[in-house]
Amino acid sequence: MRFRNPVMLKYSLGIWIALSVGLIIVLSLSFPSSKSFNANASVFLPGRTTHGHHQIEMQCTSCHDPFGGVQDDACLKCHQEELKASRDTHPKSKFDDPAKAVLLEKINAQHCLTCHKEHVPGQTHPMGVTVPLDYCLYCHEGIAEERPSHKGLAFQSCSASGCHNYHDNTALYEKFLTDHADEPNVRSDPRLPVRSFVETNKALNITKEDVPDDQQFDHLILADWTETMHARAGVNCMGCHKSESSEWMSKPGMETCKKCHEGNVESFLQGLHGMRLASGLSPLMPRMAELPMKPHSLHSELNCMACHDDHRFDTQFAAADACLTCHNDRHSLAYNGSSHEKLWRDELSGKGEAGTGVSCASCHMPREEKRSGVVTVSHNQNATLEPNEKMIRSVCINCHGLQFTLDSLADRKLIDACFSTKPNVDVESIRMAVERMNSRRKPK
Amino acid sequence: MNCFKRSRIHRGILLVCLFLPFAVWGCTGSKPATEASASTSAKGAITPQMFADAVHSVMMADRTVYATHVVTNLKKQDAPVAPSEYWDSEELKIPLPAQMFRMGAEIVNQNPEAGFSYGLKSKWPLNKQNKPGTQMETKGLEYIAEHSGENFYGEEEVAGKKYFVAVYPDKAVAEACWECHNSHAERGDDYPEFKKDDVMGGVIVRVPIP
Repeated sequence: MRFRNPVMLKYSLGIWIALSVGLIIVLSLSFPSSKSFNANASVFLPGRTTHGHHQIEMQCTSCHDPFGGVQDDACLKCHQEELKASRDTHPKSKFDDPAKAVLLEKINAQHCLTCHKEHVPGQTHPMGVTVPLDYCLYCHEGIAEERPSHKGLAFQSCSASGCHNYHDNTALYEKFLTDHADEPNVRSDPRLPVRSFVETNKALNITKEDVPDDQQFDHLILADWTETMHARAGVNCMGCHKSESSEWMSKPGMETCKKCHEGNVESFLQGLHGMRLASGLSPLMPRMAELPMKPHSLHSELNCMACHDDHRFDTQFAAADACLTCHNDRHSLAYNGSSHEKLWRDELSGKGEAGTGVSCASCHMPREEKRSGVVTVSHNQNATLEPNEKMIRSVCINCHGLQFTLDSLADRKLIDACFSTKPNVDVESIRMAVERMNSRRKPK
Repeated sequence: MNCFKRSRIHRGILLVCLFLPFAVWGCTGSKPATEASASTSAKGAITPQMFADAVHSVMMADRTVYATHVVTNLKKQDAPVAPSEYWDSEELKIPLPAQMFRMGAEIVNQNPEAGFSYGLKSKWPLNKQNKPGTQMETKGLEYIAEHSGENFYGEEEVAGKKYFVAVYPDKAVAEACWECHNSHAERGDDYPEFKKDDVMGGVIVRVPIP
């Protein structure tokens, strides 16, 4: 369109400039670096975010670059260590061989996003898988020729029957299965590693407290403190309440805990409880969770003190009762009354030996034995949550045989019942592995 | 230098020098089978074949050192640490020489600056992942198995990229290797009964070419 009338041209230019300025203002308000962006970010969520990421879905920059693309390392910056620890069966490096390029043309297994598309409308399977569940077919279509026992098995059953996982097969590979065949349901001496405690001769009593004279406080706090490992290890009040400028700090934060409990805090930040903090968001509150939570807990904030109750720091409370303060799903509610819970109460009362009790944390925040022999508690419950076979080596087989474990972890009803009875599912993998090994040529 | 980027070769040479300064060029000492035009070039230039031969010599030297001075030495000393196929999930275990070799290959294959890739494969792999992945790899592995002491060279295109492919025989040199392979539960019905100096597989070196 051409404007012959100079007045019309002038008005049109004015309107065009005004619209352009308006558009720039709107876009700048929506730009990820603007403070208002995250508040309005939900307009950029075309579909529902998976349960693993919904807590940080409003922090777009956790995964996206400023122009909306997904960062190259978006997945690995959080999950790389976990994949490494699980000795990932399908690492990117497996497909670096140029001869594997033919396979990559079928399914690009070098990119997480090939199988895990986030908040895209459509079907999302467990563990955030967004490709059809028969994805194994792309590369393993000939498996029945190699293993006749697999003839007729549906490809979507590979990872859905307790036999295989795409990434973590640390407790599912053939030799592990055959090494653990014929194990009893419960081992003869079932127990978990016992946590290590610092041994010192610096134990403090109530007369040694070092609260500055000008500070007023409830003296019951001192009684709590004297019963803690902090007092026994010589950690006085100022050990936590001293600020960087050496002044009294009434509310020490997570950074203070981290000075001594670095591994615990870091693993907390990697898990579902702490990932919002790690992403620069406000602390998680149970009201934000997708799992059912108890009404009275909805607005409490998840930080160290949420479970460890400052000044008492009761790890036994934190291991089970603290969880049940918030969690209100079937599995959690079934814990009380389960055989695991009975063992836990027995250990707490002294009827059971150390390590024989099973709390929520026993399974979801497993104890890790370092090469030095020190046993610590991982606070990253996400590390063993899904697929639940990740729990086998670090948790279950301390007490149970592998067949019983595989069957139990594959039994959804039993999981809901918090393992209160025996499994009703029969996972065939151990028998298949043993039969195959027996059918192979015998070693000389 | 008619078919190969000079800078890529220089990076490769640098890699060779870093790994083993005393590497000797072209020490295979065998008459090669050649299907590759890239193996010939102007006088004095480093051809893909020369490059592949050189890096292969370094690989073999490192692997021999690991097998001889690490693995065998541990055994001689009755050390509590031993090589095992399941070294990464069992206590007091170290990788088998072939696994050490593949781990090195993995690191090089991840390095875009390396300018080449390599692997250890076989017509009779115990682990199916290590079977030949392309027609040229199959052809090369069959050739070196049938022509004792010879290498194989060729060119092929995979997923739109052209490569110079060199395949070197990987022979049974240590008794522990063929004993383990001959009695392994994963061996198929057609698996050969390996003995000393048999070709058990091949080292495949791949160099991108224009």
